[in-house]
Amino acid sequence: MEGWDPNTKSTLTQIPLLATKAGPRDGATWTQRLKEEYKALIAYTQMNKSNDNDWFRISAANPEGTRWTGKCWYVHNLLKYEFDLQFDIPVTYPSTAPEIELPQLDGKTQKMYRGGKICLTVHFKPLWAKNCPRFGIAHALCLGLAPWLAAEIPILVDSGMIKHKDDATSSTDS
Amino acid sequence: MHRCDRRDVAEEEEEEEFSLAQKKQLVMEAELKQVLNDLDSLKHSLLDPSHHAPIDKLQSRIEHLTTLAKSEPVRRSKVKDMSAEVVDSNPYSRLMALQRMGIVQNYERIREFSVAIVGIGGVGSVAAEMLTRCGIGRLLLYDYDKVELANMNRLFFRPEQVGMTKTDAAVQTLSDINPDVVLESYTLNITTVQGFETFMSSLKNKYFRPAKEGSGVDLVLSCVDNYEARMAVNQACNELNQTWMESGVSEDAVSGHIQLLIPGETACFACAPPLVVASGVDERTLKREGVCAASLPTTMGVVAGLLVQNTLKLLLQFGHVSLYLGYNSLKDYFPTMEMRPNPQCSNAACLERQKEYILAKPARDAAAKTKMEAEALLATEIPLHADNEWNISVVDDSELEKTYATGSGPADALPEGLTHELPSADEFQKFPDADTTTATIDDLEELRKQLDALNA
Ligand SMILES: [Zn+2]
Repeated sequence: MEGWDPNTKSTLTQIPLLATKAGPRDGATWTQRLKEEYKALIAYTQMNKSNDNDWFRISAANPEGTRWTGKCWYVHNLLKYEFDLQFDIPVTYPSTAPEIELPQLDGKTQKMYRGGKICLTVHFKPLWAKNCPRFGIAHALCLGLAPWLAAEIPILVDSGMIKHKDDATSSTDS
Repeated sequence: MHRCDRRDVAEEEEEEEFSLAQKKQLVMEAELKQVLNDLDSLKHSLLDPSHHAPIDKLQSRIEHLTTLAKSEPVRRSKVKDMSAEVVDSNPYSRLMALQRMGIVQNYERIREFSVAIVGIGGVGSVAAEMLTRCGIGRLLLYDYDKVELANMNRLFFRPEQVGMTKTDAAVQTLSDINPDVVLESYTLNITTVQGFETFMSSLKNKYFRPAKEGSGVDLVLSCVDNYEARMAVNQACNELNQTWMESGVSEDAVSGHIQLLIPGETACFACAPPLVVASGVDERTLKREGVCAASLPTTMGVVAGLLVQNTLKLLLQFGHVSLYLGYNSLKDYFPTMEMRPNPQCSNAACLERQKEYILAKPARDAAAKTKMEAEALLATEIPLHADNEWNISVVDDSELEKTYATGSGPADALPEGLTHELPSADEFQKFPDADTTTATIDDLEELRKQLDALNA
């Protein structure tokens, strides 16, 4: 795991791994996979809470569990910045990772593809590919979104691209 | 979510657009006429006749503008049959010359073909324009994005199209260039469950050529810029047993590749980690901070050209069709290779196609034998011209590097200048420990509630 900070590494190893290789078009095996996704997400959320590092909320936006929505936040200079979070489970999941979107930040940073999809580091996709099908949504949040927020939010705040919601006309909590 | 423009729909829209243009023209003419009248009254109100000259000059300029405003936009009408006649007004004369010169046997066949282009960006839009100018029968265009000013460093889209969906903007331009092409516009994301279903059913629709075997399209061109979308195209084509071509430009904009994928016969996109051309730039010195990807109209244009050239050769059956052709622009190096399917491919549909391909081997061999015998007969009947030996297309396998696309294969088995973009998945291991520790609950609804409780 070259290129990852020790914190991310140790957190990652504590998230339960998944076993079923199934995507949203795979019927019953997808239901099995979905159960494993929930277990990993529950364990990860519990772990974050007990480590006083709670930083996201996520839940399935449809009964099939193919679309997920929620919130994520990051504390910078003692101020909390919160953003909407969403993604679809791709048809080729888990061979390909979900593409995490923060729609409110679309167009505010170069480190984003169209539609607010976050631009992952060169280390993410190789690690995901290597660990297919053991990594799930929880791992994608831990390895993809958490490091992205840590790297980009301070830059966005310091450059004035985003303002704290208490700072008059804000765009962060629209 | 998606919209599909068949020819008839597109035509209605064109008419609407045209009448809007006419309205604009009428308004402009009326305005110009008013200016002329105003100038006339101004002229008559002036006592000093020495001021008349500049007003006369202004009036003549306005009259000139009025005639310019009246000239209608030129639109060519549809052409029923492709003619080889060399006249200024024939849009196909130079293409039909390929037939006269003996490069292509039957160029007109191009009007029977349907090509689906996924991703209408820097490569896809240019490929679409090339095929449109070649007189392709039908194009299906897929993209979920809109035209932005940031796209203007690439070819095809124009600044006034900013804000339109890429597929609609493409239909607008392409139908102007060649109204003979049937264009379908699909604004959707093929990686989502819903988008994928529409993608699949659009490929299956055979209204254009009901007698065609297999799917409703002859070829799918993947011109997307990400691994997720390529895997979705791969999934669809493996399931439909659909031949497709993949194309790509590196994120540093200096290299690219095209690849032909025939389900069961060649490696699928999931058989091995994606193969890309090494730019020769050290990854560690490549500065990625602050940007996702660079792009150049040149590299994208070259890759689009290679892709459509290979498409024409495949569809019209001339020349050698490349299975993999790389392009390293820094060294002007073009590596080639071919990859056989991986018997351990993770894609179930790929394994099914591989099985079918092996089962069809006796029939294939027999067909090849018949063809060879017929050619040999022809060769004895008609004495060969001295340099006709070049017409016998024997693929020199020694020039091509063959690789079995086994996921575990060593990277050094690749030809020089090519590299895998991603690692293979590790040996599949089950982790019973990870499963049993939390296996007390195995009801989906329970688990959902448990997460909701934590989220509350
Ligand atoms: Zn395969």
